[in-house]
Amino acid sequence: MRLEPIANPGLARRVGLPVVALALTVIAASLLALLAGANPFATLGLILSGAAGSKFALLETLNRATPLIFTGLAAAVAFRARLWNIGAEAQLYAGAIVTVLLGTGALGLPAALLLPLLALAAMLAGAAVLLGPVLLKTRLGVDEVVTTLLFNFIMLLFVSYLLEGPLKDPMGMGWPKSAALIPEARLPRIVTGLRLHWGFALALLAAAAVWVLQTRTTLGYEIRAVGLNAEAARFAGIPVGRVMVKTALLSGGLAALAGFSEVAGLKGNLTLDLSPGFGYAGIIVAMLALLNPLGVVLSAIFVAGVFVGADSMSRAAAVPTYIADILTATALLTMVLALRLTHARVRWR
Amino acid sequence: MTGKDRGGAEVVLRLSGITKRFGALLANDAISFDLKKGEVIALLGENGAGKTTLMNILFGHYTADTGTVEVFGRSLPPGHPRAALAAGVGMVHQHFTLADNLSVLDNILLGTRPLFSPRLGKAAARARVNGLARDFGLAVHADARVGTLSVGERQRVEILKALYRDARILILDEPTAVLTPQETTALFATLTKAVALGLSIIFISHKLHEVMEISSRVLVLRHGKLVGEVETARTDRHRLAEMMVGAEIAAPKVAERMPGPALLTLKGVETPRRGNAPGLKGVELELRAGQITGLAGVSGNGQSALAALIGGLESPSAGRMDLAGDGGADWSPRAAIAAGIARIPEDRHRTGTVADFSLTENAILESYARAPMSRRGWMDWRAAEGFAQAIIDTYDVRCPGPSARIRLLSGGNMQKLILGRVLEAGPRIILANQPVRGLDIGAVTFVHNRLIAARDAGAAVLLISEDLDEVTALSDVIHVIYEGSLSPGFPRGTKTPAELGLWMAGQGFREAGHAA
Repeated sequence: MRLEPIANPGLARRVGLPVVALALTVIAASLLALLAGANPFATLGLILSGAAGSKFALLETLNRATPLIFTGLAAAVAFRARLWNIGAEAQLYAGAIVTVLLGTGALGLPAALLLPLLALAAMLAGAAVLLGPVLLKTRLGVDEVVTTLLFNFIMLLFVSYLLEGPLKDPMGMGWPKSAALIPEARLPRIVTGLRLHWGFALALLAAAAVWVLQTRTTLGYEIRAVGLNAEAARFAGIPVGRVMVKTALLSGGLAALAGFSEVAGLKGNLTLDLSPGFGYAGIIVAMLALLNPLGVVLSAIFVAGVFVGADSMSRAAAVPTYIADILTATALLTMVLALRLTHARVRWR
Repeated sequence: MTGKDRGGAEVVLRLSGITKRFGALLANDAISFDLKKGEVIALLGENGAGKTTLMNILFGHYTADTGTVEVFGRSLPPGHPRAALAAGVGMVHQHFTLADNLSVLDNILLGTRPLFSPRLGKAAARARVNGLARDFGLAVHADARVGTLSVGERQRVEILKALYRDARILILDEPTAVLTPQETTALFATLTKAVALGLSIIFISHKLHEVMEISSRVLVLRHGKLVGEVETARTDRHRLAEMMVGAEIAAPKVAERMPGPALLTLKGVETPRRGNAPGLKGVELELRAGQITGLAGVSGNGQSALAALIGGLESPSAGRMDLAGDGGADWSPRAAIAAGIARIPEDRHRTGTVADFSLTENAILESYARAPMSRRGWMDWRAAEGFAQAIIDTYDVRCPGPSARIRLLSGGNMQKLILGRVLEAGPRIILANQPVRGLDIGAVTFVHNRLIAARDAGAAVLLISEDLDEVTALSDVIHVIYEGSLSPGFPRGTKTPAELGLWMAGQGFREAGHAA
């Protein structure tokens, strides 16, 4: 079996294959629902209505998409330069820690000043977390996949220590959680009464900014050159190491914004379950979007929708929420395959 | 349809009406020809004439839009390299497909047996490989790691690989582009033996004297069409060249000229070894304005180290490099560009261009950080595209447009874009490392004329080439490099090719070493 490239795929191919991919995803989910003893159509309908069936559901999906947009952008930016940042989870928590450190009363500023300051401080913290691994990579050739991945566990244990020690909420009845943010440090809601907060708008802004950076700026050009052919980039005089470091700082900062936005926009304090794997899911989001920053927004909403919808479905029908994990995983696999096959046809034998 | 025609020899391969389109480009236009048993036919044509496409169709990498391929009378199913292999067609690609970390034997066996067979039967395989190597004069050590082999040896492994798979038809794509004259001679001896043993060969090249030497028939491709088919004995280089480009070509004319001051001087320069590549040892070199300095030598004798040094990728570990007044404190590619050094890299695919970038993005690789391409961190894509378009026009780069990806271009057009990129700035020094390797006659002439024009305009040119003819034709002064050491400079015409050949084999160096 091998692939033969197609120069100009037709419309049928470009639209049809993703539709087939989606259909396969739906079929896989239906089979699982059947296995759980539920009506597959009802199950899928419940997921759909749970994700987008009402204003509440839709806003909930967008809420859930917010951290995924940030971590998805973090992965998309880094992967563009072939910097494999698997540590968005650690950078997210770094952002959350700093938000809590500075936002629980340490700085008594009005919201208009405090919020940008917190966001900036969170970005710096996330960037700092990735600085070590990237310097090890550019100076000593240490594989960043290993270092960034392992940093996730170090960071989680560090957060655990903080929540049992210095950051523990004295009024928390012994629970491992931090004190609550002061009101000035909370991201207000976009629509009063509904849970969607300004973190979502910030995420959209970040996506647009990354897109502009990649297509319009000198750094964006450097990042793409380094990612596509580091040897040619170095020969042409592009400072490959410095570009890698800048990319890492940007990627870490974006991932940290997810932590800032979750704490300041949603939770109001720091707990160990702040992120149910947003850092790792960001990789899926970025891959589904083919590393396109604007595509990241759409794929984050899709992934978030599946999870929110599955949550609500499992409450109504007796199908476990694990179906969400399988749905996103199948969607990723079939989509990646579909996109590959859009530009190549398979020759058997 | 195994026919006995013309001369009675059996037709082993027949292409009939092969047509292949890539979008608007007609790469192959109704091409038909026969290959007979024990025959070497040469496929001649400029870059982009459709030679490689045709061979890829024959070998099953591409599917033809129309037309059929018959091997030994049976037609091949389109698009199946395995079918071609099984029918006895072996291909030696321009870029080798070997695993560097495996031994020669393992590379040859790779893919010939099931992955999980309990016994590999290596002893029998080794005996067979050694037998083939003996019969065909392909000296290689079966247990040597491929990574340690020279380019010429790797090519022998590729040929052995095809022979081991019982190839009766060998296709060689630009086999001599990477070889030294001695290695080429050895390759031709092998091909002659193969033909005597009843194999048939398709030899793709654009080096006319080789085509004249090895082939019995020549097919000429131009713009995807078969424009000529002649018996080699009934033609000559001039007529072939004319057929190939459609016009007569003149050899480069280099007028005598007084050299100017030294623009770059190396004094006792040393650089460290890099893997298998030797570093430089006590190199003394002067690049003077208005002069082409040629560097001759067998591949892998320190040419890369010298190119890396002057190109800004490497700093001397001992000795001095002086750039007309500038000491070159922080030596880097950027510093080299700033010092007015135009660098034409050895490998245009890997170091010269970013394959998935557009022509525009490739054109500005060295100048992207300066105005007008970028201001205060923002790219000006209109200026960049204007720059690319100017290069496309001035250097006659054949392409769909500045926004096309450069991987679609032929080697010659890629090289023209690189030339434009580095020469547009009006450099003082030009480092041309194998500037015409793998290019066709038209592109070679183009590149050479540009280098001569730059020299006449007062630039100092360093021409690094493994083709001695090229070095002697162009250079005002020739140095020979051998194991990282440089010979004294020999002015034009003071040494015969044979004398230079002795230096290339290291003789003069040993004598000089004794004297010192």
